[in-house]
Amino acid sequence: MHPAFSVIFLTTLIGVGQGLFLALFTVESYSAFGLLPPQPSRFYALGSAVALGFLVAGLVASFFHLGHPERAWRSAAKWRTSWLSREVIVLPAFMGTVCLYGAAHFSGFNPVLATLPSGAPVNVTAMLGVAGTVLAFALFVCTGMIYACLRFLQEWHTPLTVINYILLGGASGFVLACALAAVAAQEVSGFLGVWAMILTALAFIGRVASLLRNARLRPKSGLRTAIGIKHPHIAQKAQGAMGGSFNTREFFHGRSAAFLKRVKWVFLLLVFALPLGLLAGGFASAAFFIQYLGLIAERWFFFAQANHPQNLYYQAVS
Amino acid sequence: MSAATPSVQEVKKTTCYMCACRCGIRVHMVDGQVRYIDGNPDHPLNQGVICAKGSSGIMKQYSPARLTKPLLRKPGSERGAGEFEPISWEQAFTILSERLAKIRATDPKKFALFTGRDQMQALTGLFARQFGTPNYAAHGGFCSVNMAAGMIYTIGGSFWEFGGPDLDRAKLFVMIGTAEDHHSNPMKIALSKFKRNGGRFVSINPVRTGYSAIADEWVPIRPGTDGALLLAIIHEIIAQGLYDRDFLVRYTNAGQLVNLDAKSDEFGMFLRTEVPEEEGCFDPQNKLWWDRAANKPVITHTEGCDPFLLGEFRLADGTPVKPSFQLLADRVKDYTPEWAEGLTGIPAATIKRLAYEMGVTARDQKIELPIAWTDSWGKEHDTVTGNPVAFHAMRGLAAHSNGFHTIRALAILMSLLGTIDRPGGFRHKAPFPRPIPPCAKTPNTPLAVKPDSPLDGMALGWPAEPDDLFVDEEGKPVRIDKAFSWEYPLSVHGLMHNVITNAWRGDPYRIDTLLIFMANMAWNSTMNTVEVRKMLNDKDEQGEYRIPFIAVCDAFQSEMTAFADLVLPDTTYLERHDVMSMLDRPISEFDGPVDSVRIPVLPPTGECKPFQEVLIELGTRLKLPVFVKKDGTRKYRDYPDFIVNYETEPGSGIGFLAGWRGKGGEKFMRGEPNPRQWEMYAANNCVYHHALPKSYQYMRNWNQGYLEWSQRNRITRYAEPILIHLYSEVLQKFRLAAQGKGITRKPPAHLKQRIETYFDPLPFYFDPLEVQATDTHKYPLAAVTQRPMAMYHSWDSQNAWLRQIHAHNYLFINARTARLAGIDDGDWIWVESQWGKVRCMARHSEAVEPGTVWTWNAIGKAAGAWNLTPDANESKLGFLLNHVISEELPAGQARISNSDPITGQAAWYDVRVRIGKVGLQDTATTAPQFEPLKPYPGQEERRSLWSYMKGAVK
Amino acid sequence: MTQLALVIDLNVCVGCHACVTSCKEWNTSGQAGPLSDFNPYGANPTGTFFNRVQTFEVGEFPNTETVHFPKSCLHCEEPPCVPVCPTGASYKRAEDGIVLVDYDKCIGCKYCSWACPYGAREIDEQQKVMKKCTLCVDRIYDASLPEIDRKPACVKACPTSARLFGDVHDPESEVSKAIRESGGYQLMPEWGTQPANHYLPRRKTQLRIHEDELVRADNPLKVDGKLPKPAKAEPSLDDVTSW
Repeated sequence: MHPAFSVIFLTTLIGVGQGLFLALFTVESYSAFGLLPPQPSRFYALGSAVALGFLVAGLVASFFHLGHPERAWRSAAKWRTSWLSREVIVLPAFMGTVCLYGAAHFSGFNPVLATLPSGAPVNVTAMLGVAGTVLAFALFVCTGMIYACLRFLQEWHTPLTVINYILLGGASGFVLACALAAVAAQEVSGFLGVWAMILTALAFIGRVASLLRNARLRPKSGLRTAIGIKHPHIAQKAQGAMGGSFNTREFFHGRSAAFLKRVKWVFLLLVFALPLGLLAGGFASAAFFIQYLGLIAERWFFFAQANHPQNLYYQAVS
Repeated sequence: MSAATPSVQEVKKTTCYMCACRCGIRVHMVDGQVRYIDGNPDHPLNQGVICAKGSSGIMKQYSPARLTKPLLRKPGSERGAGEFEPISWEQAFTILSERLAKIRATDPKKFALFTGRDQMQALTGLFARQFGTPNYAAHGGFCSVNMAAGMIYTIGGSFWEFGGPDLDRAKLFVMIGTAEDHHSNPMKIALSKFKRNGGRFVSINPVRTGYSAIADEWVPIRPGTDGALLLAIIHEIIAQGLYDRDFLVRYTNAGQLVNLDAKSDEFGMFLRTEVPEEEGCFDPQNKLWWDRAANKPVITHTEGCDPFLLGEFRLADGTPVKPSFQLLADRVKDYTPEWAEGLTGIPAATIKRLAYEMGVTARDQKIELPIAWTDSWGKEHDTVTGNPVAFHAMRGLAAHSNGFHTIRALAILMSLLGTIDRPGGFRHKAPFPRPIPPCAKTPNTPLAVKPDSPLDGMALGWPAEPDDLFVDEEGKPVRIDKAFSWEYPLSVHGLMHNVITNAWRGDPYRIDTLLIFMANMAWNSTMNTVEVRKMLNDKDEQGEYRIPFIAVCDAFQSEMTAFADLVLPDTTYLERHDVMSMLDRPISEFDGPVDSVRIPVLPPTGECKPFQEVLIELGTRLKLPVFVKKDGTRKYRDYPDFIVNYETEPGSGIGFLAGWRGKGGEKFMRGEPNPRQWEMYAANNCVYHHALPKSYQYMRNWNQGYLEWSQRNRITRYAEPILIHLYSEVLQKFRLAAQGKGITRKPPAHLKQRIETYFDPLPFYFDPLEVQATDTHKYPLAAVTQRPMAMYHSWDSQNAWLRQIHAHNYLFINARTARLAGIDDGDWIWVESQWGKVRCMARHSEAVEPGTVWTWNAIGKAAGAWNLTPDANESKLGFLLNHVISEELPAGQARISNSDPITGQAAWYDVRVRIGKVGLQDTATTAPQFEPLKPYPGQEERRSLWSYMKGAVK
Repeated sequence: MTQLALVIDLNVCVGCHACVTSCKEWNTSGQAGPLSDFNPYGANPTGTFFNRVQTFEVGEFPNTETVHFPKSCLHCEEPPCVPVCPTGASYKRAEDGIVLVDYDKCIGCKYCSWACPYGAREIDEQQKVMKKCTLCVDRIYDASLPEIDRKPACVKACPTSARLFGDVHDPESEVSKAIRESGGYQLMPEWGTQPANHYLPRRKTQLRIHEDELVRADNPLKVDGKLPKPAKAEPSLDDVTSW
């Protein structure tokens, strides 16, 4: 596939936003259960604002992907069948929830609504946090499933796609949370740093698992089924157009295999190795910065590696 | 999707001209703009279908490459630079008519008119003849004249317009040397039906593309060796006795006795009982057979006699004689399949099998139709029979210097199988069959060219003997292209490909004005392109252009228009009247004559003027006899008026159109002018189709009823039977002249050997002339082109839709050949012949035989030509193979055209090349490159985005 | 239920591209139009087409088949492009099975094209909406056209009639018969998309010559005495056997 930067930014930016929110609510939950010291609400408010910023940026990026962004509202219509439609519903819902969560913390409007048997108070931010968590995961699933549901894009058609969206988004969010904590909640920066490292390590496992899986993939389609001629030697000579077409622009990355390989090593380094080192060294901001750059490379690779069966029809001109 | 349904407001019918196929089309108009062009279901030729080109007519109509104003080269600018200023038509006519009047009053041959595939040769030829110049021809010489001449000199008809395979009834179809080519839609319709009816389709071609793709068997062959294959098949057909003896006896000259007395002036000629005055061109039935029963010579076709086809006899006076079939058998004796295998690359077993398939199918699957007819000797036949083996061939056979003999061999093979004008075989189309050779002749003396007089004879004709050649007393050519000279005696379509070189060199003489219509002689229609472009721009010692004045009429800005001094903007086919005339190349069907017209559906763009109107206006201004009244005033208002009222001779009743003649349109072929003729064509799908009675539809060479009908309708002058020339006396007459025998003219000494060698009365195989003149170890590969189905030569690169399909071209190389040369798929390579080299990209292919490389014809363009941007694929990535082909070959001290020595057919496909990867310093662009052309005044701007909708830009 | 479709006969397709440009020509000015062209006169011209003819070489020299392969939307019975569309712009008509795009609803997200394994959809870079073959839905029901013209433009144009059009659910239709009798197949059956369009494979006609067909009683060589009989004096079995 041709990696479109609109989608690369959309998925990576909202991933950071989702992960950051999950980190915030993780801290709040731990605090609620007394496992961490309570944090000032400005930490949550600031964190929510930053998460929202990423989500908005992602949303804005997504509009660049659309031929008719003014009609984007229509895309909520087919939520029964389309993961994209579901994403379009869940994303604003999640953004709204994050917004409310942040606002509640910012304004201090946080009445206790109930008390759990354990004595832990169930307040507004906790409710919003749970809702936000559910929505964040739902959004990860939707985003992941947009790709994972395309069964003939074999590189994507695996639960690992969804898992990796969750893990990579989560890791980048926790790294960012760790960096924010260094400014606004130093007490929990260690806690977040550990989680960030755990998630980054898990994401590494997940991503490497998918790389290993994809390396072993056998394309289910070949020219034999594409044109229905059972012969071991089939070669395309002409594709009907010589100046390129939508099919050659949308579905090919146009880079060499060596370039792809380089990108792979770059993202493995930037997303996983360096951030782990930097986090261990306490350089959370640098870790986030490096990791996000790496995620752009990772997402570029994610698209580029997906080999669309339509490409079988677009191998040669003459 | 919007809900509005387009309302088709108007449907106009006319004839397509996106290629030379001439299908009927319906042009659907909305608000005066073209919305949709589809095939006319009521048209006999295409029956409603249409091709990729025809469907893209809109993009031709509105192309920015269109010329819209008469243009004069800017003073001081170089030819080829394309620097022009617009002028008025009045100025253009004044410039031309003043210049031409001077030439006509002094030496009319200093004016040369050469045209491309224009479909108006009847008019352009008439204009040239009336002007008085012998220097006229259309593109046939560099197209497929070998096909026309080789077959017409053998069976009295040819493929495409003049005949074709009857695939309705054939069981075996052999296509040789054809990619997609002539007669495209009818051939596609027929091929599909043929295959669906279970017919077997064999394609013999170095390359498997186009029609060959759907062949049941592809037989790859080395280019230029088709003659060897056909002769070997003939060998096998004769050796196995698979020929149709009855057919050969009655309908060919197979049984006629040939004089083999080497001392006689009549050596190699048929014996005749008496020698009557041979007025005209018919073939009197006064030859001899050797009767089997009486064992003595008898006059051919004597009732109750049956001749020996094989054997050797002596006449009473001791003259040794053989039936011509025996001579054929002798000729092919050594042309064994094993011999042919070495030349063609086709296994001998395959050659034998092909021969058997042809022979056995022809013999065992006889067709018998309950159609009674009478032959020329008065014998009544209850049925028409046929042998269902059909052939089709085109430029792959023709465009070699040995093509004439190859095509003679093909026509002879078709005759041996008994398939001429019979169901399931080859069928003629009116006005063919015609006598062998047809009657039209050129003058045979330079005296025919006189100031202020029409040419005394046709500019093109069909020589029957040396005395018909158009040469002076020393045997030197009269025509600028040296057609009908001893160099190329049967060059019945001229040699347009040598006009520029000859005129530049002044050999045989210098000319003054060259008028080119619709031919890209500075690019894909010329060989040796780089040098020819220099010649067009070359000046002599006095600083005068060697070709002093060049006028070009074309609808589009081509490479050629850039070299013009005067450019005349032609219309498109949708903007003008045209006739597909019985006097030219009509669109006849097997069942009878058909002609058709174009009727404009749009007004001319800008100041465009149809070339016909230009000719009629010029003719009138020059006071050429047919275009003016006795008092010298204008005779024809315009072209449509000319078409209606012109008669070949006053009162002849024969004009350009055959349909709806006579005062009320009640007559056909002959009849007085009908003022409503155009309306009647318009009301009838623009086509006139005269279906003959069934009994006149077959065996027309010898069908008394048909021949008399044809004579009565003045299609032919004579009604004598047209016997097939297995053995060609015409060729023998030239050979005898070369041997110093007989009373005809004799060739000049330096051409004697050439004439004697190549004017063999029986087909023989020789390596193409260029191959003979090439070090084939150095240049081992044959390089050929094929015409893609979605492009008509160079014509469609200005077409926004078609050029997306073929934006640039590759050189296709057999993958193994390429790897041996170290060439990877997609590499930039040099293709080099002994004449020049071109840089291009390679494409590996398994569908080309290993000794051949090929590319699509005329996709490569000069930068900026056809009003494409200078960085367009056509000029940066695409290439023109013509750069490595020479228009001449060395001949001793002199040079001679790179053509068939008999017909002057351009030998495009004889070139031999070598290939190699480009060096590291070479850029990834095609070479050679030329200074980019700029758009001309009056040309529309090139859009960078076009969303065509009913003619509007949305 | 009706399922309109094309059946493309590779046995007779010569790769002439008539279907390509006749489609472009009809549709650019039709309901589906315009079909824009970028750089129509410059480098790398590229435009929207609903139908392309591709060329493949099958086998190795000299046993090579050149296959011309027209490709357009296959109007799948289980079209993967439809459910993924977030707006419902991409839909399959219940009445005739044609898969269409409602340009007014299309947001140009291209997701449907990702979901099509065949590459049958092309975005119009100027209108920014996804386009594809409509089976000329604006022709085939147009009662103002004569019956024989109520066909997709490509079908009407095709010089070898390699494109058959009809209802593949009607077992008696021309297309169903062709699929049944000539080995019609679907592209990439592995994805379960059930394309309605089918392709008919190459079919070969062979000729078998029996040895005895090469000699015949009426061999014309006999007439001219060229199938010589042995001289009577040559040895024969008669000379040496006596039972």
